[in-house]
Amino acid sequence: MEKFSGKVWVLGDDIDTDIIIPTEYLALETVKDMAPYAFSPLRPELAAQIKQGDIIVAGKNFGCGSSREQAPEIIKALGVKCVIAKSFARIFFRNSINNGLLLIENEKLRDVVSEGDDIAVTLNQAIEYHGETYEIASLPKNLMDIINAGGLVKAMRKLNGLD
Amino acid sequence: MGATIIEKIIGNNTKKEVKPGDIVTVHVDRVMIHDIFIPFVASKFEEMGFTKLYDADKVVLIYDHLVPASQVDDTRHFRVGNEFVEKYDIKNIHRSDGICHQLMTEAGYVKPGNIVFGTDSHTTTYGCVGAFSSGIGYTEMASILGTGTMWVRVPETIKVNIKGKLPENVMAKDIILKLIGDLGADGATYKALEFAGDTIDDMSVSSRMSMANMAIEAGAKCALFTPDEKTAEYCEIELTDRERDLVGDADAQYCRVIEYRAEDFVPVMACPSNVDNVKPVSELVGKEIDQVFIGSCTNGRLEDLMAAAQVLQGKKVAPFVKLIITPASRKIYNQAVENGTMAVLAGAGAMVTHPSCGLCCGRAGGILTDGETVVATNNRNFLGRMGTSKVGIYLASPKTAAACAVAGKIVEPE
Repeated sequence: MEKFSGKVWVLGDDIDTDIIIPTEYLALETVKDMAPYAFSPLRPELAAQIKQGDIIVAGKNFGCGSSREQAPEIIKALGVKCVIAKSFARIFFRNSINNGLLLIENEKLRDVVSEGDDIAVTLNQAIEYHGETYEIASLPKNLMDIINAGGLVKAMRKLNGLD
Repeated sequence: MGATIIEKIIGNNTKKEVKPGDIVTVHVDRVMIHDIFIPFVASKFEEMGFTKLYDADKVVLIYDHLVPASQVDDTRHFRVGNEFVEKYDIKNIHRSDGICHQLMTEAGYVKPGNIVFGTDSHTTTYGCVGAFSSGIGYTEMASILGTGTMWVRVPETIKVNIKGKLPENVMAKDIILKLIGDLGADGATYKALEFAGDTIDDMSVSSRMSMANMAIEAGAKCALFTPDEKTAEYCEIELTDRERDLVGDADAQYCRVIEYRAEDFVPVMACPSNVDNVKPVSELVGKEIDQVFIGSCTNGRLEDLMAAAQVLQGKKVAPFVKLIITPASRKIYNQAVENGTMAVLAGAGAMVTHPSCGLCCGRAGGILTDGETVVATNNRNFLGRMGTSKVGIYLASPKTAAACAVAGKIVEPE
């Protein structure tokens, strides 16, 4: 079972897609061009602070708002290993799976974790923090299939006999 | 056992009985792609290895967020879109006709019982004619363009019954804002909203559209209204028995039933900076404002412009307030010119713009700065949506917005 650990950035409830990436930057050519503006309405300095392998822990309804797929792509481009939230908005959830950004739902962690601390995650099983274990659910099979294929683009390439 | 509307639509599509939680593959009746996402859809489609569309007639491309271009980079989206249309022989393209969600039903692309996906979160709008429609990202759109199918989890349904006659100063917008306030921004996540009751029966398709449009603001997957004679007239069709049957059965299973009395509704606003931060306008009276925006796929229709004109008739916009009005489509724009609405709006001092998404997505004229306040009829008041992150955005009905424009501060409409 895959295990990883990382440093935590803590965000609140209802982190919407306009916060993750404001519309004014959506016509930039690549996700890499957009990434420095991630979370800028809320915390303009955050995008530059996030390092490869870090973990975002947030409250409820993370990713609510628009269907902009740049939101999960940018979070992934910043090097974020996974987002742990009390709950996720529906379109953001689908977009993240399709782009191979790992999302984990957990009700309790957000209210106890401190920014800058390290947490350890065992995929589809549990999170460990300060000696406590927080259980997490496993994803349904059809979603794991897309993740295991490496995202929806790769799954479709396979369908079309390309890979 | 009976079925909810969404269970019937998905059941008809998949030709089997379905229940909430089932994961099924549906055949997609129509898709909508807008200008912001077309470059991404086009590149993902080709990266996936597809060489032709599943059915070019079912694909609709609409330029609205970036029309006309306000930044140099925007024009690239039109170029990529035009190339895609040419290459794959797409006939359904609108380059300056209005907002995607208005055009999808107005131009007849969506019919009752259809399953439709769009690259915009407010795709929930087409539930106004009894279609299951929902927003998706560009990668899934690319896969639908190639396969014509998509997996969906059959959602549970929240039933909302509204009975009685609405007060004169209350519009459908006030109802949906109140509901979002009651449910919370995630209160309907993954779920369908189903509306019924004689208040809904009395409502125009335009009003139902305003409500379905904002279902996503409570996290909903879709919103559904039973097709009736008004729907038939709007869609210019005769309803079939199957379409008439798109009603929630008495013995259907709902995860929650919410009842409202129409007489209890009052004008409300969603206060900064969450759509579920809803308060009665009466509690906000007196707050000074800098700008008013009437438009968007939520409230840019003829009945909205006429409601604003009724308030503005014989009056002037307050000296320090900029009133920006953006019709949702060219057709609406022309209708408003023909029936005299436009003259009333312009005469009162409104700036009427070309049909498009306009200020709603913060990319057109009317951007605000720190400390400024705007009353707007669109669907989102998120941080930084219409300028800097220190702009206060209050969402309201067209009647309330017009009344505020005249007063120069927040007031209740009469």
